[in-house]
Amino acid sequence: MLEIKNIDVFYGDVQVIWDISFNIKQGEIVALIGANGAGKSTTLKTISGILRPKKGEIHFNDIPIHKVEPYKLIEIGLVHVPEARRLFVEMSVEENLDMGSLKGEAKKEREITKQLVFDLFPRLLERRRQLAGTLSGGEQQMLAIGRGLMAKPKLQMFDEPSLGLSPILVKDIFNVIKRIKEEGTTVLIVEQNVKQTLAIADRAYVLENGKIALQGTGAELLSNEHVRTAYLGV
Amino acid sequence: MEQLELFLQTLIAGFMLGGLYALIGLGMALVMGVMRVINLAHGDFMMIAMYIAYWLFTLFDIDPYLSVFIAAPALFLFGLAIQKYLLTPVMKVESILPHNLVILTVGLAMVFSNLATVFFTGDYRSTPVSYASNAWYLTDFWSESPIELSLSMPWTLSFVLAVVITIGLWIFLTKTDMGKSIRATSQDVDAALLMGVNVNRVRMMTFGIGMILVAAAGCLFIPIYYLYPALGRQFTNVGFVITVIGGMGSTNGAVIGGLILGIFESMTATYIGMGWAPAGRFAIFVAALVFLPGGIASLIRKGRLGK
Repeated sequence: MLEIKNIDVFYGDVQVIWDISFNIKQGEIVALIGANGAGKSTTLKTISGILRPKKGEIHFNDIPIHKVEPYKLIEIGLVHVPEARRLFVEMSVEENLDMGSLKGEAKKEREITKQLVFDLFPRLLERRRQLAGTLSGGEQQMLAIGRGLMAKPKLQMFDEPSLGLSPILVKDIFNVIKRIKEEGTTVLIVEQNVKQTLAIADRAYVLENGKIALQGTGAELLSNEHVRTAYLGV
Repeated sequence: MEQLELFLQTLIAGFMLGGLYALIGLGMALVMGVMRVINLAHGDFMMIAMYIAYWLFTLFDIDPYLSVFIAAPALFLFGLAIQKYLLTPVMKVESILPHNLVILTVGLAMVFSNLATVFFTGDYRSTPVSYASNAWYLTDFWSESPIELSLSMPWTLSFVLAVVITIGLWIFLTKTDMGKSIRATSQDVDAALLMGVNVNRVRMMTFGIGMILVAAAGCLFIPIYYLYPALGRQFTNVGFVITVIGGMGSTNGAVIGGLILGIFESMTATYIGMGWAPAGRFAIFVAALVFLPGGIASLIRKGRLGK
């Protein structure tokens, strides 16, 4: 479904991604894990077109998306739930959801999808008229995920969805991501919360200093010696 | 009683002026919010709209209020062209000199006002509409009224139309997808991009809408004001002061800021002296910068978001 081939990414003159390749198949949860500054978010931003690779190619269902205008990606089924939620804080919960469904099919089915999102997150229904900026951290993350779902994506990418949330909320969010996958959406997740991410991921890639250091299934990596010492502290 | 009469009359005049000012401020605030650029040619675009209204009135006898329907689309298209062929190319090289967009708008202002002088001379002009001196009096409606207040008909018309246009803009911004996209882009460009907003198109639309607002303001001002080529500068000042009082890029702030400025100027004119109104404008500008650097928008935000 998503094919990343040998990409190099720079911030100005500084290279942060070195020749990364990986792929995601339909119906999987794939995780990118690694420490701060390993290049996880940069990789996501490159996939969603905010950054461009200097070298290499990115194909989504055989479309070379590294050449597509970033605002068109949501229409072909690729949605990015950004780090730190990036909600429109001075717009209401409902308006934020509307912003997720500006185009094509998603726009036509806006009210139906909105109902599904409210079923998934009843809290958002209670607060639909409230400004996004007045929500708690957990509610904001729910809204960010809901806003992504409004686009009816084929592949939903999450950047640090557990950031700044309490352990109970983190569990809730991971359960939601599992449910999203069960309902047929492919998932790419970037996380520092290695243990819980690997527990739900079908496959994962470990990024270190902008390169892929390891790859395998979630279970394989959980028992890998290097992952255990470097990321799980056991 | 006479004092009260004077005070109320001043307040009403200020409120009406403020409503018109709000229209100028709104256009500037919208553009500021989405493009992060203060358009210092804003008043000069208004001057162009006023000349359109003036010539339509003088040559074809078209009422200035009706020329909104000609001047607004004309300036909308002109704005799109300016955005596409001048602002966007300069925005791309923003990293070299971050303020060159502002400098570009200053240049545009100079070109416009000087071209207007070349073509139309520096004469003061106005549109003497037949109803210019009509007015409503409070005693017409309530004959025992202890005080007398009057409303000039063109002022009232201009104010009511300004309110209608402001409400129309509010509906557009809150109810349509394009309006929501404009607000979203001014809050977080990257997030808007990820949600599929064509940011370049939104920028063009916003600039165009800013032009519609300022064109409308021009057509509403000309029946009650006069026109000369350098008039733009004064209204750019007004727009800029409103944007600062209101909070950079905030539309709600611009409306309140416009009203405050209108009332304040009107009060200064009555109680200190006609010529002091611009001084009052700058006094409130400095006061806003010193005591409320985030503008009224920061107060609204505090009230609604609790931070």
